[in-house]
This record gives sequence, structure tokens and C-alpha cells, in this order.
Amino acid sequence: MPGAIYAEGLVKTFGDVKALDGVDLDVPEGTVLGLLGPNGAGKTTAVRVLTTLLRPDSGTAVVAGIDVLKHPNEVRRSIGLSGQFAAVDEYLTGRENLQMVGRLYQMSARDAKARAVELLERFHLADAADRTAKTYSGGMRRRLDLAAALVVSPPVMFMDEPTTGLDPRNRQQLWEVIQELVAGGTTLLLTTQYLEEADHLAHDICVIDRGRVIERGTSDQLKARTGGERIEVVVHDPEYLATADEVLRTFGKGASKTESHTRRITVPVTGGAKLLAEVIRELDIRGVEIDDIGLRRPTLDDVFISLTGHAAEVAEEEAEAAK
Amino acid sequence: MSAVTDTAPGTRAPQPSGGLSQSVTDSLVIAKRNLIRMARIPEMVIFGLIQPVMFVVLFSYVFGGSMSVGGSLDPATYREFLMAGIFAQTVTFATAGAGAGIADDMHKGLVDRFRSLPMARGAVLTGRTLADLVQTALTVVVLAVVGLLVGWRVHEGIPKALGAFALLLFLGYAFSWIGALIGLSVRTPEAATSGGLIWLFPVTFVSNAFVDPTMMASWIRPVAEWNPFSATVQACRELFGNPGVVQSDAWPMQHPVWASLIWSVLIIVVFRTLAVRKYRSAAV
Repeated sequence: MPGAIYAEGLVKTFGDVKALDGVDLDVPEGTVLGLLGPNGAGKTTAVRVLTTLLRPDSGTAVVAGIDVLKHPNEVRRSIGLSGQFAAVDEYLTGRENLQMVGRLYQMSARDAKARAVELLERFHLADAADRTAKTYSGGMRRRLDLAAALVVSPPVMFMDEPTTGLDPRNRQQLWEVIQELVAGGTTLLLTTQYLEEADHLAHDICVIDRGRVIERGTSDQLKARTGGERIEVVVHDPEYLATADEVLRTFGKGASKTESHTRRITVPVTGGAKLLAEVIRELDIRGVEIDDIGLRRPTLDDVFISLTGHAAEVAEEEAEAAK
Repeated sequence: MSAVTDTAPGTRAPQPSGGLSQSVTDSLVIAKRNLIRMARIPEMVIFGLIQPVMFVVLFSYVFGGSMSVGGSLDPATYREFLMAGIFAQTVTFATAGAGAGIADDMHKGLVDRFRSLPMARGAVLTGRTLADLVQTALTVVVLAVVGLLVGWRVHEGIPKALGAFALLLFLGYAFSWIGALIGLSVRTPEAATSGGLIWLFPVTFVSNAFVDPTMMASWIRPVAEWNPFSATVQACRELFGNPGVVQSDAWPMQHPVWASLIWSVLIIVVFRTLAVRKYRSAAV
């Protein structure tokens, strides 16, 4: 039995750019998949295919148990889409936007009205319900956009970079809403450039680059695959660098790395906190003054760089711009 | 997911869709949305009004004195002649509004939102063209008042005049489908505005709207006489009883009411089909 979102061999070409080059996805019901990748990696194209907005050149897709290519309109009844750019009508009020979407989901006028009131309340927009969306802040617009995606409480949700451009407070708020949704049993596919976001929200992560899935697993699995922990020391003065490096090499399991301009030395280790204590003691005995020392585990950023050979913020050729 | 499958393994059978009544409801929901927008951006409606009023004044008082209509150089005669042309030009300018509106919706991601909803496929476009029709009707009313002020009169009775207005609105509705197609085909709302306007100038000028085609170069004259736009202008002059009805053997000039209706139906059928296909093309 395939998951709530299932795709096999999705290919989509725009001109000579392969936006999707054989993507397979399987998201079990009630879980969150984080689709992680740089700009132009094919994340948005994947979402557009799965939400019936774009026909793939080849491949199959099944969402909420319905074949996307054969019965797109049935799929549309079961999904909610929240886009990269908040797709609300800025000249309509929050209430009017939600009522319109409800009507277009084929709700009766009365049901659409009642549902709009509920959602405005839930997303803390009740006070702004009768103001045009034009007057809303960025965070309010995102919340309205998300509310519009939830009008029929769809079992499957797609969010394309839901927090791009939001300030930390609004991002935090939106994360809470997303977590509530998932706790309620919604299956979610989320695309993001923020590794922290995928780490925070997603059960499983798919790293996608140049239209291909290059790695998948839980956040912990991906980090483990990238390499283990390391000790990082920042010495107080460059004159200590040589001694500190000597100490670290004794305890480390591999080559150390020195950045003299930041007075930082890193070395891979095994042995965790106990080893860290020993290193500190040894440095102290040798009279090395340190500003900072710590045991570092790989972040998803490290995972990303080691997998794709470039950082997440680096904008690759905009495959999506080609459409 | 308890339903028995009848398609691919693990997939659910579809439910029947709503059909015609769903199309009508969805179109009206979208039309209402566009009318609310128009009410909240009154400057759009006002600019739409200024242009034809300005044309009436410019043509009447700048060109009017040097234009001959049916051998008469009387400016008052030209003003009566002019109004049918200005009415028709005004309704066709709705094209640009429809195009810009749809391009704007595409640009802002609203079209993606609509496409992801289980709604009737043509409703976004139909709703837009219906809302534009309302705006066009409003413009025509204001223009008629301005026309009466500069001396334009209806000489064949109110029912025929209403018939002429119906033909005008029908033509405007048909042209808004051309605008819809333009709006879906360009990348930015700005391009839709200019792209929706430029081709209207030859269409409205190579016609009987402002001068008698019999005065034009012989090669361009048939173009003017068979221009869909000319048929409506000719029909309006007949139904309003205004001077300047073109004397020509060309069929549309002989039977302008029929020609106007046929052209409008034809434009709607062709451009609605193309626009709806274009709207769907990117989607599944």
C-alpha cells in the first residue's frame, strides 16, 4: 500500500533543463516529508506535479489514494496547497478570501461562511477579518494563505517554502500551526531551503538537487552518514595554535583543520563528552588559553554541503524560471 | 480509503463532478470576486471612463470641423456620426482589462490557487469576462450621457437603441475573451495591458468608426468593411438612426445586425476555446 503521497519516476523537462529527473517519493500517512534543496533543484516543480498544476513528461503520482494524472479533480478535493508566494486576493478581506475558496471547494454559501469564521479565529485573524489582505503583515498573509489551504481540512497538505521571507517570530508561529496540523493526522509535504526547518518539522527528509533525490532518511540518519562528531577549539591568541593542534591531533581520529584567521581548530573524534573533558584538561596543563571549546555534531547544513557540494543558499541555475 | 478500486492498484474511484450547475456557480463566485475588486480599486473604473469621454471631446471639437459625413461638414453631424464608433471602441477596450486582470492573477499565484481547487475549469475566465461586462455596461451608460450632452440623439426609438446597446455589450464580451487569451499568454500584467491595447488601434481605426471606408485606399476598404468591429458600428448607426451609414455592397454592411451577431458568436467560440485550453494546458 503506497503512502498518502506517492510518486515514481517523475520526469519533467523545460526546454533543455531537466527540472525533475526521475524523482521517487513515498510519504506514509500522517507524516511530514521535508523536501530540501537549493533554488532550482526541482522542489517547486515536484509540488506542482503532485498538486495537479503541471503534467509530468513521465512517471506516476498517487495522492490520497487517487491517481493524480487520471483523476486530477478528485485529487483537488483532497489536498490543500499553500504556496511560496501567499496566494490570497489582496483586495478581498480575509473573510471574503476564505469564503470564496470554500465556495470553490463546492461548499454551500452557509458552510463556507461558518468555516471562514472558524479559521479566522484559529489563525488569530478574527480582528482583521474584515480588512483587505493588502493591509496584512507578511506573517498574517501567510496565515491567511495557510487557512485557505485548510478550508476543507484536507487529508494531504503541500506547503511550498511556507516560511520563506518571514521573521523568526512569525516563522516560529507558523511552525506551531504546522505541528498542530500534523498532530491532527494530516500528511504533509513541505519544501524548504532552511535546513533548520526540515530538522524541526519533518519526520523524513529528501535532499533534492538538479532534479534528482540525492539522499533520503531521517534527520539523524543523514547527519550520521555525513560523519560523526568533532571537537572545535578557538584559542585566545594565535601563538597557542601550534600547541593546541598538537593536543587535538593526539586525541583526534583524523586530520585536524586549522583556520588561523579565526584561531579555530577542528578535529574529528569519537568518545564524546568524556574525551572533551580530557582535551580541556590537557590544554590547561599545557597552558593554552581558550576562548571557546565544544563538541560539535554535524548540522543539516553540513549534510547539505557534503551531499551537493554547495551550500543551500547558493542559487543554482533557476530551472523553475525556465517554465 | 475504504472504497473499492477500479483503476490503478491503490487508487480510489472518482466521484462524479458537478457539471453545468457547478460551472455557473463557480463562474459567479469568481465574477463576484472581480466585482468586489473593481469596487475597491475605483481608479481603474474611473480611468476606464476618462478615456472614451476624452475621445468624444477630442474627436468632436478637434477633428469634427474638418470631417465630412455624407457630404456634410457640419460638426454637429459628425458628433452624431462619431458616437457609434466611440461606443464600439470603448466596449472593445474591455479586452485590455480582462487581459491585465488575468495576467495579474497568474503573476500573484492566484491562478495556481484556483487550479488546485476542485472547481469548473473555465470558471476563472468566465467569471472575469462577466465582471468586465458589468464594468463595460457602466462605461457605456456614462458615455451615453456624455453623448447626449454633445448633441448625439437616438432617432429610431428606445427599443432599437437598446438593441444597439445589446450588440455593443455582446461585442465587448466577445473581445474580452481575446483579452483573456492574451492575459494567459504573456508573462507580466504590464505586457498584458499594452499587448491588449496595441492591436485594438488598427482594428478600431481600419473601420467605419471615425471615417467612411469609401474614402479609404481601395485595398484597405474591404478590410474595413469586413472588420467585425465595423459591422457593430454600422448596426448601431442604423438602430440609433445616426448619419453616416456606409453605402456598400459588402454583405456585413448590408446586414450589419446579423453580421455583428455572427462575428461576436464566432469570436466567443474561437477565443473561449483557445483561452480555456491555454488555462488548462499547464495543468493536468
